[in-house]
Amino acid sequence: MKVIEMPAEGDTAKTKLFCVGILISGVSGSQSALNPAGAEAEQIATLFWWMAGGATVIWGIMIALLIYSLHLNPVAHPRQKSALFIIGGGAIAPTIILTILLIYGLNILPALLARPPAGTLQVEVQGYQWWWRVRYLNQWEEPIELANEIRLPRGEPVDFILSSSDVVHSFWIPSLGGKVDMIPGRTTHLTLHPTKTGRYRGVCAEYCGASHAYMNFTVEVVEKKEFDEWLAQQSTDRKTPQNEAVERGEALFLQTGCSACHTIRGTEADGTIGPELTHFGSRKSLGADMYPNSRDNIENWIAHVSALKPGVKMPEFRALKNDEYQLLSAYLKQLK
Amino acid sequence: MDSEPANLISEQDRNSAEQRRQSAERLLKAWETPRGWRYWSAVNNSEVGMWYTVASFCFFLFGGVLALLMRIQLAVPGNTFLTADQYNQIFTMHGSVMMFLFAVPIFEAFSIMVLPEMLGARDLPFPRLSAYGFYSFVIGGIFVCGSLFFDAAPKGGWFMYPPLTSSFQDDIGADIWLLGLTFIEIASIAAAIELIVGVLKCRPPGMRINLIPLYCWYILVVAGMILFAFPPLIAGDILLEMERAFDWPFFDPQRGGDPLLWQHLFWIFGHPEVYIVFLPSVALMAMMVPTFAKTPMVGYSWVVLSAVGTGFLSFGLWVHHMFTTGLPGISIGIFSAASQAVAIPTGVQLFCFLATLTAGNVKRSVCLHFIFAGMATFIIGGLTGVMVAVAPFDFQAHDTFFIVGHLHYVLIGGTIFPIMAGFYYFFPLVKGKQLSERIGRIVFWLVLIGFNITFFPMHITGLLGMPRRVFTYPANMGFDTLNLISSLGSMLLAAGFLLFLYDVVRPRTKQPLSERNPWQAGTLEWLAQMPDLPWGVRTIPIIESRYPLWEQPNFMRDVDEGRFYLADAAEGKRETIVSSVIDAEPMQCLRVGGPTFLTFFAALFTGGFFIFATYHWWLAASLSGLIALGVILTWVWTGTAEIPEKEIKDVGLGLSLPLYVSGPNAVGWWAMFITMTADITAFVSLVFGYFFYWTIHEDFPPQPLQGPGVFWPVTGLVLLLIAYGLTLLSRYWNRSGYVRAFYLSLSLAAVVSLTGTLALLAGPWLTELDPTTHVYPAIIWVLTGWTALHVILGVIMQLYCLARRAAGKMTDRWDADIMNVSLYWHFLALTVVMTVGVIAGFPSVS
Repeated sequence: MKVIEMPAEGDTAKTKLFCVGILISGVSGSQSALNPAGAEAEQIATLFWWMAGGATVIWGIMIALLIYSLHLNPVAHPRQKSALFIIGGGAIAPTIILTILLIYGLNILPALLARPPAGTLQVEVQGYQWWWRVRYLNQWEEPIELANEIRLPRGEPVDFILSSSDVVHSFWIPSLGGKVDMIPGRTTHLTLHPTKTGRYRGVCAEYCGASHAYMNFTVEVVEKKEFDEWLAQQSTDRKTPQNEAVERGEALFLQTGCSACHTIRGTEADGTIGPELTHFGSRKSLGADMYPNSRDNIENWIAHVSALKPGVKMPEFRALKNDEYQLLSAYLKQLK
Repeated sequence: MDSEPANLISEQDRNSAEQRRQSAERLLKAWETPRGWRYWSAVNNSEVGMWYTVASFCFFLFGGVLALLMRIQLAVPGNTFLTADQYNQIFTMHGSVMMFLFAVPIFEAFSIMVLPEMLGARDLPFPRLSAYGFYSFVIGGIFVCGSLFFDAAPKGGWFMYPPLTSSFQDDIGADIWLLGLTFIEIASIAAAIELIVGVLKCRPPGMRINLIPLYCWYILVVAGMILFAFPPLIAGDILLEMERAFDWPFFDPQRGGDPLLWQHLFWIFGHPEVYIVFLPSVALMAMMVPTFAKTPMVGYSWVVLSAVGTGFLSFGLWVHHMFTTGLPGISIGIFSAASQAVAIPTGVQLFCFLATLTAGNVKRSVCLHFIFAGMATFIIGGLTGVMVAVAPFDFQAHDTFFIVGHLHYVLIGGTIFPIMAGFYYFFPLVKGKQLSERIGRIVFWLVLIGFNITFFPMHITGLLGMPRRVFTYPANMGFDTLNLISSLGSMLLAAGFLLFLYDVVRPRTKQPLSERNPWQAGTLEWLAQMPDLPWGVRTIPIIESRYPLWEQPNFMRDVDEGRFYLADAAEGKRETIVSSVIDAEPMQCLRVGGPTFLTFFAALFTGGFFIFATYHWWLAASLSGLIALGVILTWVWTGTAEIPEKEIKDVGLGLSLPLYVSGPNAVGWWAMFITMTADITAFVSLVFGYFFYWTIHEDFPPQPLQGPGVFWPVTGLVLLLIAYGLTLLSRYWNRSGYVRAFYLSLSLAAVVSLTGTLALLAGPWLTELDPTTHVYPAIIWVLTGWTALHVILGVIMQLYCLARRAAGKMTDRWDADIMNVSLYWHFLALTVVMTVGVIAGFPSVS
């Protein structure tokens, strides 16, 4: 078995040796809620910094009071004067502070929960143990189905329609905004406004079983034009095989039984149990953002999937010959 | 009173020292702890409380080891130290053990141990119930924890969200969680009942409700919360286990169920649970702060009101665990505000402590170090708590390591550090010797620094996007260094706890005994001798102040010389004083049970019922359950409502008290009342389930499906109400001495009850409601089944009373049994009315 390299994503290496204080402000990880790339995440990050600052001040005051009363207090204070202290510090001060916080905090709530106007790009995401079925709705008569990768146009709202096919999942792209649960039998909504282009990582935030840690996805925010081109390209069927190797790869894909679970539009493969693969080669990663999408990794995946991702439904195809793995990986990789 | 002790003790004055010695001997003999292997039959609060505390502390260490395993796994990205499956079992068990086997039990354990001492009582009103609870706890705890060693542990998280835990985990783990922990929750409720009755009814004469030690107020609040918080979880457990075992689709959306119902039931329990865990530690601080400030608590009433307020508010916050489930903005806003409001009573309590410290002259001690650590870290947890209560921020922080950091600041800062302070403070009371101040200081620095290194970085890890409950994470996402720091910190924290453990268990044969009342505290528990004697207190004192040892002159001498109540045990029985709820006027000389193995066997077979049911060995489970019932009946038959040899007893100081009380003045009646309050809370939670389904469905009952109809349920209702009336009549006839009428009406009541149950069950049975097809028939069956089981229990009680009367153990004068049974039937009648109202009445009006 070949050794699989762990994904090297984001450009956070530079932060590694920094002390904690610098880490907070200096991180630019693709999964960070403190490095917002969307309107929602930005509002919440600002809220966080205000609250963190306020909390630090309050904590400082409380510690000062504690140290004073425990260590520095030379004379006993009269008990009668305590009433003001207790009511003032314990009830009045927190009431004022919390009221201000509540007004500020809840003020941004309606905007976060509001549904976007009609005509907004709608993306339906369905959670599975442990991957994501993604469908782009509206402009097209047939929804365009993809998996584990989402592209979004910069500067435009997007309306996520969220559901689950099995257990409770939670859809979260930290850099763009908050999370919303995917609950079997229910449909939930999340509106996001990406503001910066770049590559971000989405995760499942609700514990959903054995491979919960491996249920992630890639989000790319691109300019509107690029997005439209990409989506138009993704809506097409797979390109007809141009050479013999690809033809043999496709035949092998269909014979081996892959098509029972996977769809490749334009072929007989129309399984719906697993992720659809029509333009699999264009994706950056495989296995719900587990590994970079390389031929080595694809071959390993086919042969050792149960070991790599505990509990997955996909069976291991161990009985293939060496060149058959290569045929399959080459075939899948060219599905751009 | 103390200005004229000569008056008060005139009788004792004539007693020679020799007589005093003899009475002390008799008293010690009555309260003697059994020796040898019979030691384990002890039921005295000091023994049971100590075992209980030690056991829950062992579970704490076990949960701590699990935490370390997780930190090793997460130290570096892509680690293979644990598999995903092992990690998921371990994090599930870590949370479950810490919550159910440590945090709640240690409060109850410790309270069982010290409550009688704080109240100057001999024991709690139901010592055997404590022992039963303890053995249930240990058996259940070992069963649940043991599963980890067979790779069979629960792995659904401590929150056990379906459908993951209902339809996607075929192994036995979830059943172990549901049944094993339900068993323990029942033990927790039993202890809560014991503690509430203890505080309300076992106070020394004169200790009016506004004079009780603050710790006792917190016991009342927390035990009351347990009473209302655990039943919804038990109801949820029943629904989830019914789905797992019999495919009743409560959480399956395909057949009308809804996973969110579980989340509501779980968090209606889960959020008060946080305060159930936290308030007892505030209670410990409320005892220690005045002692070390050498002055009474400033703002006693404010502390009490805040504690009560926190208890109430905590039931209105559960939805903040569900902000991301797609709720409407208005609910989010309301629960956001309510969640922040709870900071106010907490703030008042903290400021009362601060005010007390500034009002007094603080005496340094390692206890205070831990109180300082507790407050300093808890305040951070409280502040981050306010942050996550702001819903928009929660959308980001929820289910990330930020929450892991937050909750550990609350629970370790708010709970563990004060408990460690409590260990240093109360250790002499248990062992007669002190823990080491020198080691204590090292422990303090190790845990304080280790704790912050472990948990502070987690806030950042979470905001950088690391979700909770992941068994590994990729490199270079910004998590690596922070996780490594957390893991290293956890080793330091563990070293601190290890050193603490060493100090607790090290042999101290050479160490001299602690002086009596080593901290010069003012409350009654410090009357204890070093080492303490099993009688609880030499004589039950008269109390006139909150800090009698400070404020009542010669108090300790008077107690030592047996100058108050019950200084003797003339009949060799274990006795304590029961008093009135508000004014603590003495009402009864209560005889409590002595050593027995019955409680152990009762717990063993109750455990057998739950454990066998886990494996679906229904026959073994039923057998074990029947034996448990038999043992419990034997225990009740031989150990309760015993007819005394005389009506009243002279308890000293010219006071005579009845030995037998029945009805609302009896502790047994109170226990039944409180038990049934918890019971009906669980039932109401099931009814809540019915209406929850009604709100989410357009048509409920669903149209093609017929309900149980009206005829049979109403027939059942009428019959059961007749049985209820007959039971009340039999109580009346028993007291009036119409023995035949008593026998006739109660026998008839039993027969009518059973017929009524059959009629009730005939509703869903004859209309062929199949509980596996849809959630509607399933919830109908659950409500009906619940009621039927309760009627059967009610019939057993009726038969018990018939047998007691026939055996001469119950008479017209000594009628506690039938009084308590009719109280049970009041609640049962309410249950029946609600059941029929919901299953037969509601569909016709909705």
